[in-house]
Amino acid sequence: MKAPVSWIREHVDLPADVTTEELARRLTDLGLKLEAIERPGHDITGPLVVGRVLTKSPEPQKNGKTINWCTVDVGDANGTGEPQGIVCGAHNFEPGDLVVVVLPGGVLPGDFAISARTTYGHLSAGMICSAAELGLPAGFGGASDGIIVLPPDAGAPGDDAFALLPLRDEVIEFEINPDRAYALSLRGVAREAALAFDAPYADPVDRPVPAADGEGHPVVVDDPDGCPVFVARTVSGFDPTAPTPDWMARRIQLAGMRPISLAVDVTNYVMLETGRPIHGYDADKVTGALRVRRATAGERLTTLDGTDRALSPEDLVVTDDSGIIGLGGVMGGETTEMSSTTTRVLVEAAHWDAVSMFRTGRRHKITSEAGKRNERGVDPTICEAAADRVVELLVAHGGGTADAGVTVVGTPPAPAKVTVAADLPARVSGIDIDAATTRRHLAAVGCGVGGDDAALDVVVPPWRPDLTDPFDMVEEVVRIVGYGAVPSVLPTPTAGRGLTREQRLRRRVGRALAGAGLVEVVSFPFTGEAALDALEVPADDERRRTVRLANPLSTEEPSYTTTLLTGTLAAAARNTGRGMPGIALFETGTVAFASDVAAPLLGVDRRPTDDELAALLGALPRQPLHLAVVLGGQRDNPGWWGAGRDADWVDVVGVVRDLAGELGVEVQVENDQLAPWHPGRCAKVVLVGVDGTRTTLGHAGELHPRVVARLGLPARTSAAELDLDLLLAAVPDAVRGPVFSTYPVAKEDVALLVDAAVPAGDVEAALREGAGALLESLRLFDVYTGAGVPEGSKSLAFALRFRALDRTLAEGEAAAARDAAVALATARTGAALRG
Amino acid sequence: MRRTHNRFAPGPRHFLDWPAARRPRPRDHGALLLFDHRGKAPMSGPNNEFDPVEVTPLKAEEVEAMTEAALAAVAAATDLDALKQVRIEHTGDRSPLALANREIGALPPQARKDAGQRVGKARGAVNQALAARQAVLEAEHEERMLVEETVDVTVAVDRRPRGARHPLTTGAERIADVFVAMGWEIAEGPVLEAEWLNFDALNLGPDHPARTMQDTFWTDPAENHVVLRTHTSPVQARTMLTRTPPIYVACPGRVFRTDEYDATHSPMFHQVEGIAIDEGITMAHLKGTLDHFAAAMFGEGISTRFRPSFFPFTEPSAEVDLVCFVCRGTAVDADGATCRTCRGEGWIEWGGCGVMNPRVLVACGVDPERYTGFAFGMGIDRTLMFRHGVEDLRAFFEGDVRFATAFGTEI
Repeated sequence: MKAPVSWIREHVDLPADVTTEELARRLTDLGLKLEAIERPGHDITGPLVVGRVLTKSPEPQKNGKTINWCTVDVGDANGTGEPQGIVCGAHNFEPGDLVVVVLPGGVLPGDFAISARTTYGHLSAGMICSAAELGLPAGFGGASDGIIVLPPDAGAPGDDAFALLPLRDEVIEFEINPDRAYALSLRGVAREAALAFDAPYADPVDRPVPAADGEGHPVVVDDPDGCPVFVARTVSGFDPTAPTPDWMARRIQLAGMRPISLAVDVTNYVMLETGRPIHGYDADKVTGALRVRRATAGERLTTLDGTDRALSPEDLVVTDDSGIIGLGGVMGGETTEMSSTTTRVLVEAAHWDAVSMFRTGRRHKITSEAGKRNERGVDPTICEAAADRVVELLVAHGGGTADAGVTVVGTPPAPAKVTVAADLPARVSGIDIDAATTRRHLAAVGCGVGGDDAALDVVVPPWRPDLTDPFDMVEEVVRIVGYGAVPSVLPTPTAGRGLTREQRLRRRVGRALAGAGLVEVVSFPFTGEAALDALEVPADDERRRTVRLANPLSTEEPSYTTTLLTGTLAAAARNTGRGMPGIALFETGTVAFASDVAAPLLGVDRRPTDDELAALLGALPRQPLHLAVVLGGQRDNPGWWGAGRDADWVDVVGVVRDLAGELGVEVQVENDQLAPWHPGRCAKVVLVGVDGTRTTLGHAGELHPRVVARLGLPARTSAAELDLDLLLAAVPDAVRGPVFSTYPVAKEDVALLVDAAVPAGDVEAALREGAGALLESLRLFDVYTGAGVPEGSKSLAFALRFRALDRTLAEGEAAAARDAAVALATARTGAALRG
Repeated sequence: MRRTHNRFAPGPRHFLDWPAARRPRPRDHGALLLFDHRGKAPMSGPNNEFDPVEVTPLKAEEVEAMTEAALAAVAAATDLDALKQVRIEHTGDRSPLALANREIGALPPQARKDAGQRVGKARGAVNQALAARQAVLEAEHEERMLVEETVDVTVAVDRRPRGARHPLTTGAERIADVFVAMGWEIAEGPVLEAEWLNFDALNLGPDHPARTMQDTFWTDPAENHVVLRTHTSPVQARTMLTRTPPIYVACPGRVFRTDEYDATHSPMFHQVEGIAIDEGITMAHLKGTLDHFAAAMFGEGISTRFRPSFFPFTEPSAEVDLVCFVCRGTAVDADGATCRTCRGEGWIEWGGCGVMNPRVLVACGVDPERYTGFAFGMGIDRTLMFRHGVEDLRAFFEGDVRFATAFGTEI
């Protein structure tokens, strides 16, 4: 809402020394938030004076244009009193006319400095100004095109034009919250200004109106809930060519709207002034009674923006004998639109149901100044006054006469009443506010206040449909007392329990991964088929079950992702593209898998039952927390110490295993095949429960070379994605302090020949189990194929360390344990001890 | 090609099975002497004859000469290797003094004591000298080694790039820590949220104009009533529905709106929501909490102010501004120029807050007659942008490692 300060002051008698900044600040303190202060015309500096055209010589130019070489009397404004020579491209003036001249040294909007310069063969010392050049609305001064021609009695040559023209004003732009729709009008803004400065206020709708007489244009309202009040007035003999008065056009322009024609401008002006949207019909195009009803299915209307719309049975429409002629309160129809030939104006000032307005506006995607006000709630009691004001202005500026008949259908709803405990403002705000203060401030915002000092009976003013609850009254009182008066007191919560286990574990994951040299990234979770195609995710893969968005920002990425890799790999490619020699990234975030269950929309008048709540929560898509890791390119830098090393699948599986180790979770890996990984270098990470159940946590390994190439990643880029919820759930609550032996260690190394297809992990597991309780640790330290190892086999070398808690191992004990380990490995995996 | 592990060719063994020569040994050369006793020279037999024999090596002057020769050799040894040779030559089994010692047994009993004392004293003197010289030479050796091993410690040592956590993560944690320190707890909820929890339960009915203020991502089909949450406020509702007052929780999290992506807007961003529900809660407690939060995040003395505003879930509602932590409200920077952080306002818009609307309490099963509450919310991304002078919001979401790395692992 843009409110020119001069217009605000017309309705409230503010002290003259109140600056615009002070006014804006005080209104912000009351809840009308300052968005910006504009100072139109303040970027114009003089000399800007009245001039009388003395001579005008048209001079055709080679470029086809004709310019006018003029001499203009600017009085003493040029310091010499001599006529000023000026080249002017406009033609809508004659010698003798009074015009507006900016002389050299002046500056026009856009930092346009004026100087004497030679153009078209003349020294042009200044400029004869058009409305646009001065920032005034088109048509200002009666000229639709060209320069401003002042009335003959406007002044004398050399007079200061600033005093003559409404060039300078100050405009406060407010961001009006939905609850303060009344402030979408000068009436409302001025009321708040009066409140802020305790200044006298003149309500623009406070005017005598002619009584309804049933003689006006006939109106029938079939849906009084949708349209409780409908006022119709008619002006006949209107001159459609009459211009909008300059002051009105200027105010409409400063308020952010565009002047169009007198009839339209008057309706907009009254809407800005009172907040009540007005619709004007060309009365000669309306046939028969106006009727308000809901549309029926299948009906259509071409609104005055030229759009043919299919109507909903919920839409409120206005009809005449020809059919539907308007979407009530939202937008009129084409057939009865006012035009340049309209001589009879039928004025509609109606009160509409806000919810219906909101729904219709949203349904038809219509946003308009009228709709904005109607859907937020307008004072229902001002229809007659607003209509009368429109009639007054049409008659005053467009000629014609107000028809005698006045139609008023319906009555405004009764004002709302709210009972408020007198101490509620104090109890809610923490400020010491007594009952008398509460009464005074509620009265100041327009409430009727009755009741006793325990409970106040408050009658809500008709322009405040937002005031429905006792707490609404608290805000009204406290904003006037001032939010600055709220004391600062720390509450005393009950003892808290600190972070939850999951919250602590997530921090631990982040620190462990950062400690391993990985950098965390945050990506958008939006994805699409193309991104999943790029990862070669098969059509029947669960990861294709994305949650689709009804209104995605991009048709390329219409879904919430099922895999973090799309985002993390894109970040990896971005880093590679920016010249990073190596990438080591991790990301945590939720992914989602589509659910077919609808979530209920419950009531809000009570708590949902536990069953209702469970159904609600159960309907949501499954949203596990995932972890993604990407390693590619240089992992260890080259330097004076030697060569660097590029990351490969070992690094990423290592990151995953180390993370599990850090968390105290035992995981196993298996060879697997899954997109987007290299089919021979993909590890399935498995969680083994205490009961032996095996749960897949995710996958790690080298990406498929095609995927690597497609995404522009370094060769051999490797990645992992895990279900972090599952991993964290497996973390033991409290680690038992370890007991370890300090007796001498007994080391046994074994080299085993196994079939090349046997996973080393299986051999290791068998050795571990077979070695028994004396085994302290076991580590695979070499894998060998080649000379001495039969084709199709591999040699796995393990280092075993044995130790007993209570003694030094006797000779042969470790060897026996080793032999038992090997025996089990042989039984399980066919491993043969290398001789 | 892979390495072979030929050491396994004879088959693995326990070290106790290894031949003695392959057993591990203590590594310092001094200890090697321990093993030298193994190679013993044959000794002269005891002299039990009464016939006194003059044994030349045991004569006083001979012993003295041997001693002097040994001491001279010790003194002449200039390094540890030379000293080791001296030790072998003058104290070893075949050294003159050792050989002399062996002859003592050949002496008549009455002469043995005398000769024994003489040789013993001599050997003692030599050993003492050896030890002293050893200490000197070891010190010299060490000093020389340390000089030789000197390196240029200024060379680059960046073998592996440092990791980092994202400032949005650590920022949310920092905020959480402020509240946990006050006794609050941290609550969370899903980003794909029930429409009812995101809107209806928060007094944003289906026709509430404020629903259009929130540019919501709806999931398909819309009849399933699931949205990408537009704020962290549904966590409020979840918390009230699942806990009983008193409730003091903060809810940091990820939220979504259909904003086009530019330097100050993003379809995904982060908020922290706080709610307190207890008997006797007032706006003053809200102010106190936010003042404390502001001071904890931006420094002692940084407080807040309220401006009336509107949120469906709070009444009264306020926007909360922060005293500019750079100019401390003066609107000018240290050089007298307009403060860039607050653009000369002296205040920074921080978030929204208010007293919990009793309608929300009712929908979430909290008795509005007994309890009041407050709620507040602010953008974490925005807070970090002005706290750290980040000019472009997109830096948070591009994943350029240089961005997160600058913040390390705590913020």
